[in-house]
Amino acid sequence: MARIGARPSTQRGRSLDQGGESVDIKAASKSYGAVRALDDVTLNVAPREFVSLLGPSGSGKTTLLGILGGFVQPSSGSIHFGGRDVTFLPPHKRDIGVVFQNYALFPHMTVGENVAFPLRARRIAKADWAARVRAALAMVGLSGYEARGIAQLSGGQRQRVALARAMIFEPRLILMDEPLSALDKQLREAMQIELRELHKRIGATIIYVTHDQREALTMSDRVAILKDGRLVQIDRPERLHDYPADSFVASFIGEASLLPVRRVDASSVALGSAVLKSARAIPNGEALMLAVHSEKLLIADGVADAALNRLTGKVTDIVYQGESLRVFLQLADGTCLSLRQPSHYQASRLLPPVGGELTVTLHPEDTIVVPKAQEKA
Amino acid sequence: MSSPVQDLSVLHQRREQRLMLALALPALLVILLLVVLPVGWLAWQSVYHNGFTLENYRRIWSEDIYWRSFALTFEISLLVTLLALLLGYPIAYAASVAPKRWGIIILALVVLPFWTSVLVRAYAWLALLQRTGVINQLLLQLGVIDEPLALVHNTFGTVVATLHILLPFMVLPLYATMQQIPRDLMQAGASLGAGPMLTFWRIFLPLSLPGVLAGCTLVFVLTLGFYITPELLGGGRTIMISMLVSRNVELYDQWGAASAVGVVLLVAVGAIFFAVSRFIPLDRVLGQK
Ligand SMILES: Nc1ncnc2c1ncn2[C@@H]1O[C@H](COP(=O)(O)OP(=O)(O)O)[C@@H](O)[C@H]1O
Ligand SMILES: [Mg+2]
Repeated sequence: MARIGARPSTQRGRSLDQGGESVDIKAASKSYGAVRALDDVTLNVAPREFVSLLGPSGSGKTTLLGILGGFVQPSSGSIHFGGRDVTFLPPHKRDIGVVFQNYALFPHMTVGENVAFPLRARRIAKADWAARVRAALAMVGLSGYEARGIAQLSGGQRQRVALARAMIFEPRLILMDEPLSALDKQLREAMQIELRELHKRIGATIIYVTHDQREALTMSDRVAILKDGRLVQIDRPERLHDYPADSFVASFIGEASLLPVRRVDASSVALGSAVLKSARAIPNGEALMLAVHSEKLLIADGVADAALNRLTGKVTDIVYQGESLRVFLQLADGTCLSLRQPSHYQASRLLPPVGGELTVTLHPEDTIVVPKAQEKA
Repeated sequence: MSSPVQDLSVLHQRREQRLMLALALPALLVILLLVVLPVGWLAWQSVYHNGFTLENYRRIWSEDIYWRSFALTFEISLLVTLLALLLGYPIAYAASVAPKRWGIIILALVVLPFWTSVLVRAYAWLALLQRTGVINQLLLQLGVIDEPLALVHNTFGTVVATLHILLPFMVLPLYATMQQIPRDLMQAGASLGAGPMLTFWRIFLPLSLPGVLAGCTLVFVLTLGFYITPELLGGGRTIMISMLVSRNVELYDQWGAASAVGVVLLVAVGAIFFAVSRFIPLDRVLGQK
């Protein structure tokens, strides 16, 4: 199967680059009876930006996307595309491409008819259809599939048809609701890279819903974290990972152990009896959590560096996961955390057997203390 | 070439097939007993009366009343089917797009008449439509008409009452099909720029065609054989095939003649469906996956 991004741009007959639309969501809320599906979300997306909406199931991602698409009326707040207020504009007048979770391809139409549908809706002369459909299908690596029925396509191919259909009218904004969730892991990861490259080429603004943090980090310029209908944090992937706003974000992004800690002063916290230094500002407040990313714990190599935080515990389990080992450690006071080691000889040589004692170090720059997220009542 | 594993799976498949066959057997027996045997017996009777004879068929061929009755029956059936579709489609559509609770209420209203017998409903229509009936009385008193309208004892009365009784047979298959159409196809249509009209014509309507086909088939076939309603509301002037059959049996004790009419009807329906299936790409309508 041809890669979407494989064709050099000089070979393209025409540039599909239409530029992107800016999107401003202002204090949008949506209630279904007593359920607050979306709670006062304000979010500004720059033209050509790729923003992911990330959150657990039921956090309001689809609702927010529905509000952008015009399928859901917000209970309050407003939506603006490129400065225009579109809050009450019906979906068919919004001119945005939408890729649905299960593709929503029309089963009674061929691939070509599906892809040409937006052209029909826009009353574009039939004479121009064939060429544009060909270009759109070429874009997603499905040249020559015009006459196929939808039933004859694999999941990945359907995904591509849905993409071609959403792009053929050159929308400046494309919404995608978990478009890769039905694909197997290999294909999903390949498609992630393809979508990234496609985004660079067409230059449309993309708002992408996913519950897979890796996917969000891989593809996005910025990731918006939703929880219980509220926007918890929006930031660049590396910022989200290293500067989580609270323990919810820290637990959602990356692989972190969250341990309750007490504030000692502006630069240190107490974990049980151990005091850990942090190079970051420690937030005020009672309920604090230490977020220990498993890749940031290093096995102490014997060279005592007073600047590093040290934790000593008993190895309770070592899980072999192919390219890496996950080591579970229990500290003297019973708290558990895990670290990840690349599975090469050098690293595994440093590991004691299960039951043995291990000392690990955590750099103050990597010592992340966050306020504990509020649980929903 | 065949490995033991393959052999096992083939064996397993065969056993499953045999099991399925065994499960279907009682139903097959019932069909044989209640459908195939009586129809076969009818067919036999229509050509055998003290020896082989085509007399019954010759009479159908030559006598005017049969021709007119067949033509009228098909006419009424077509009309009822068409009206049921025109009336039933919006009802089913409303029930399928309305919020769940309203959808159920609409369906209940459609199915409610099922709870009373066909006979009762036929008399109810008689009470409404006859010369001294509710409708005529009302129109007379309002001064809209000077003389009672002939609303019953004719084709009109037959069509109205039959339509009423058979409407659920149109609405239910339509609703079942519409219910299956994923809502996000409509949303997708809208997001791609199609207004409500285009979305309906290009997406919803084509996807509801299997239901249209099922509903029309049911109503058409049921009307062909309808008896009580045309008997009561046709007033002896609208003579449908079923009435000819009944007369042949009850008045003249002509089982052979009655059987022949039945056989001709059966063959005619078969021929119609064969012809229709040649013109409508059924596999495209039904096989949308
Ligand atoms: N049409 C609806 N009617 C009632 N509740 C809804 C409806 N749509 C969504 N919800 C509720 O709103 C919340 C957010 O849903 P959704 O936006 O689908 O979340 P996500 O896409 O993140 O899984 C959930 O609690 C869900 O049950
Ligand atoms: Mg969702």
